[in-house]
Amino acid sequence: MASIRELHQQLVRKERTATEITQAALERIHQLEPKLRSFLAVTADQALAQAQRVDDQLASGEEIGLLAGIPIGIKDNLCTKGIRTTCGSHILENFVPPYESTVTHKLAEAGAVMVGKTNLDEFAMGSSTENSAYQVTANPWDITRVPGGSSGGSAAAVAADECVVALGSDTGGSIRQPASFCGIVGLKPTYGLVSRFGLVAYASSLDQIGPFGRTVEDAAILLGAIAGYDSKDSTSLKVPIPDYTQSLIPDLKGKRIGIITETFGEGLDSVVADAVYQAIEQFKALGAEVQEISCPRFRYGLPTYYVIAPSEASANLARYDGVKYGFRSEEADSLLSMYTQTRAKGFGAEVKRRIMIGTYALSAGYYDAYYLKAQKVRTLIKQDFEAAFQSVDVLVSPTAPTTAFKAGEKTADPLSMYLSDLMTIPVNLAGLPGLSLPCGFDAQGLPIGLQIIGNVLREDQVFQVAYAYEQATQWHLHQPEI
Amino acid sequence: MVTAAPVKTKYEAVIGLETHCQLSTATKIFCSCSTEFGSEPNHNVCPICMGMPGVLPVLNETVLEYAVKAGTALNCKISDYSKFDRKQYFYPDLPKNYQVSQFDLPIAEHGWLEIELIDEDGNPNRKRIGITRLHMEEDAGKLVHGGSDRLSGSTHSLADYNRAGVPLAEIVSEPDIRTGQEAAEYAQEMRRILRYLGVCDGNMQEGSMRCDVNISVRPVGQAEFGTKVEIKNMNSFNAIGRAIDYEIERQIEVIESGGTIAQETRLWEEGSQRTISMRLKEGSSDYRYFPEPDLTPIEVPPEKLAQWKSELPELPAQKRHRYEADFGLSAYDVRNLTDDRAIAEFFEATLAAGAPAKQSANWIMGDITGYLKSEKLEIGAIALTPEALTELILLIENNTISSKIAKDLLPELLTQGGSPKALVEAKGLTQISDTSALDSLIDELLLAHPTELEQYRGGKTKLQGFFVGQLMKKTGGRADPKLANQLLLKKLAG
Repeated sequence: MASIRELHQQLVRKERTATEITQAALERIHQLEPKLRSFLAVTADQALAQAQRVDDQLASGEEIGLLAGIPIGIKDNLCTKGIRTTCGSHILENFVPPYESTVTHKLAEAGAVMVGKTNLDEFAMGSSTENSAYQVTANPWDITRVPGGSSGGSAAAVAADECVVALGSDTGGSIRQPASFCGIVGLKPTYGLVSRFGLVAYASSLDQIGPFGRTVEDAAILLGAIAGYDSKDSTSLKVPIPDYTQSLIPDLKGKRIGIITETFGEGLDSVVADAVYQAIEQFKALGAEVQEISCPRFRYGLPTYYVIAPSEASANLARYDGVKYGFRSEEADSLLSMYTQTRAKGFGAEVKRRIMIGTYALSAGYYDAYYLKAQKVRTLIKQDFEAAFQSVDVLVSPTAPTTAFKAGEKTADPLSMYLSDLMTIPVNLAGLPGLSLPCGFDAQGLPIGLQIIGNVLREDQVFQVAYAYEQATQWHLHQPEI
Repeated sequence: MVTAAPVKTKYEAVIGLETHCQLSTATKIFCSCSTEFGSEPNHNVCPICMGMPGVLPVLNETVLEYAVKAGTALNCKISDYSKFDRKQYFYPDLPKNYQVSQFDLPIAEHGWLEIELIDEDGNPNRKRIGITRLHMEEDAGKLVHGGSDRLSGSTHSLADYNRAGVPLAEIVSEPDIRTGQEAAEYAQEMRRILRYLGVCDGNMQEGSMRCDVNISVRPVGQAEFGTKVEIKNMNSFNAIGRAIDYEIERQIEVIESGGTIAQETRLWEEGSQRTISMRLKEGSSDYRYFPEPDLTPIEVPPEKLAQWKSELPELPAQKRHRYEADFGLSAYDVRNLTDDRAIAEFFEATLAAGAPAKQSANWIMGDITGYLKSEKLEIGAIALTPEALTELILLIENNTISSKIAKDLLPELLTQGGSPKALVEAKGLTQISDTSALDSLIDELLLAHPTELEQYRGGKTKLQGFFVGQLMKKTGGRADPKLANQLLLKKLAG
C-alpha cells in the first residue's frame, strides 16, 4: 500500500513507470471487483493513455507534480466529458456529459490517472451505497457489511487499494461516514473551497467535493489539487489556497481541542465512544489542551437537514423529466404521463421519498413552518459552532454512532439509516471543514472513525491535528484482508 | 304620471400591466450563449442553459446593470440586498423545470412612469402610473407543436432552447390604469424609456417586449376591485388598447346581464378583434419559490450604482418637457421628435449647429421621417448629417435657395451626404434675386405669350399663376418667388 509521495518517488527515480502503476491498479480492480463492486465503470483505456502521457513527460525530462501517474477513483456524480455519468440512477443510465467537472479537469491537468467511476447511493442520497440502482458495494473489512455512503464506492476502492486516492461528495456526511466505515481518511472541505461545477447537484447549499486517502497526507495533497476559486461556480470562494502539506506537523502543543458534549449521547455505541475517548487521551499526550464544549442546537441538525436538503433536491432533480436527456418512458401517451412514468420508473425509492418531502416542505402554507424554520435553525447551529470556535481551534466527535452495519440491515427503516449521519450533518449546515480518520477497531475488527471539525477555511488546523494523531498511532497501517 | 328613467350604472376599469422586456445583452443571463434572434433551432445553447446535470449559473453582470438602469429610469428604489429564487413548474420549454427569477426581494421597487395623453385641443394630459416592481429572470425556450398550434391536439412537439436563459426584466405596474388608451400609452412610454436606455429593443413582433394585462371593472365609487381577468397575446400597442376596450365592454355586459366574471386568462384574437377564454384560474398556482442556492445574493456596490446612474441619458419625458418649454413646439411635434432617442439627438444637433427649432422639426418630422419609413431605415443610417441639414435650412432662410429646390436636393443629401452649399453651387441652383435679370426674363415671357397677356389685362387675373409657372419653368425654379411675383404683377399691369 503505497502513498502518493512513495509512488511519486518511484516514478521520479524511474523505479516504476506510470503505466506499470496504472496496470497494477487495473489488475487489482479486476481481481477485487467481483467481491467489492466499488466501480460502476472502469476506464482502463483512458487511464492507460493518461499514464502514457506521464511516462512521456518523465522520458523527456519534464518535472511532474505529486499527483501525476497516481491512480484515482471518481465518484460517479462528477461529470466526465465523454464518459457515462450515471449518479447511480436509472434515469441517467445513458447520460454522457459533453463537459468536464472543474475538479476532474484539474486532476487531469495534474496528471492524475482516473481508473474509473465509483458507485454511490442514487444522486448521493443515502448512507450505505445500497441505494445505487446498479450494485451494492461491499465493505472491504467485511464484505457482508456496507461501506457507508453515499460515497461508498470511492471509500471502499481506496480502502481496498484499488486506487490510491478518490474523490467523493459530502452533503450530510457522504465522505466522512464511509471513510469511517472503511478505515480511511476523508475530508469535507469548507463550503465554497472546492468548485461544484460538474458535480450533479443533490442539495446545492450543502454539497461539497472532497478527498479520500489512506493517509492524512494523501488527503491533503488531493485537496490542494482540487481547491480554489472557479468563475463557473458563483458560490466558490475567492481565497488563496495554502500548501496543506505544510501544516502536517506531528505536534499539538498549545492546540485547543473541544469535545462536542452532545455527540456522546443516546445511540452512540460504547465501543465507538471508548475509541474516541482514547483518541482524546492521545491528543492530551501530544500537548493539546482539551475541553468539553456544548453545541446545544447540534441535535437539531438532523431534522433541519431533512427539510433543507430534500427541498433543494426537489428542485435540482426536477430537470430529469425525459425531455432532453437520460431515460424517457416510451409508453407515455401524453405530456403528463411522460413526466410521471419517466420519473416513476427512473428514480429509486429513496430519491422519490426525498423529492416528495422537499416538494411538501416548499408548498404554499408549509413553507414557513418547514423550510423557513429550518433555515433559522441552520443559522442557530452555525452560531453554536461560531461560539465554540471562540475558545478552541478544532472540535472532535465520533464520525458515526456505529461501525459498519450489515447490508440490508437498515434498508427497511429510513429513519435509523438517517441517524448514521447524526454527527456529520451539522458540519454541512454550518459550511465547516470536517475530516474523519481511523481511531480504532471494534470487536469484529471493523474500523471506527474520529471526526475533526475546523473553523471556516481552517483545513490547515484540521490536517495538523489529524496528522499528529495519525503519526502517533498505528490505525492507518491496518489493512483489510480481501 | 312621470316615470323616472332607471339611472344607468357607470363603470370604471381597473387595469395593471405586466411587461416582460428582453434585455439586449449580447449573451444570456447565466451562461455565455448568444441571445441572437432567429438562429437555427438549438443553435445558441450550452449545457448550462439546457439545464444539464451538474452545471451552475453565473450572473451576467450586464443584466444587473441594465436592470438597475431601467429601475432607476422608472424612478424605483434600487434594493441594497436582492436575490434570485427558483420558481418551480413543469413544462418542456423550461429546461430545469424551474425558472430562476426573483420573488420577494426584486432588484427594484416602488417607482412610477409618467404617461401623456394629448386631448382634442392638442394639450397634453399627464398621469403617473405606479411601478410596483422590476425583477430579473431567465426566459424559457419555445415549443413548436406538430399537427396543432397548441400542445393539446398535437401529435408531437419540438423544443427549441435558443431563447432559454435570455435575460428578461419583468415590470409590474400598479392598477392605476383606467382605459385602453392609457394602457397603450403606458406600454409605449415604457418602450421609449427602455430604448433610450439601450437596454431593450422593444420589438413586440419578435417578442422582445410582451405585455400581459390584468383588468377588472367596478361601478364608479366602489372601493373594492371586481374579479380580475388576464389578457395575453397582444403584439402591438394598438392591440393592447383595443383588447382592453373590448374587454371592458364585455365585462360590463356580463355584469349588466346578471352574470359574474370568471377569474381566467383570455387571449386577444387579432383576426376577430375579441378576447377568448384560454383557461380558468382556480386559486393561485403554487410555484414553490425558494432562494436559488447556486447564486449569491446581489448587493450592488454604491460606486457601481452611482456610475450606472450617472450614465443615464435624458429620458423621453424630460426631453418633452424641455422641448415644449424651450422651443415653443406643440405637444404633438414634441412627441414625434422625442419618440426615438436618435431622432431627438439628431434634432438637438441641428439646433447646436444653428438651425431654428421649428424649421428643423418640420424637416425631420416631414421629409426625413417619410424617407426613413419608406426605406425602413434608422436615422443613424442616412448620409445627411445634422450639420448639413442645418446648412440646408439656413440656405432657405437667407434666400439662397427656395424650399422647393431644397426638397429636390434632399434625396441626394440623404443618400450621398455632402455639403448642401457645395451642391447648390455645383448645380448652379442659387436663387435669382437680381431685379434686372428677373425683369428681362419677364419681358421675354410676356412677349412669348401675347394671348394670355391680353386675356389677363382683360380681367382674367387668375392667369397670374400661369405666368409664375412659366417663369419658374424658365429658371428651373431658381427665381426668388417673392421678388418674381412683385415684378411680374407690375409688368402684367402694364
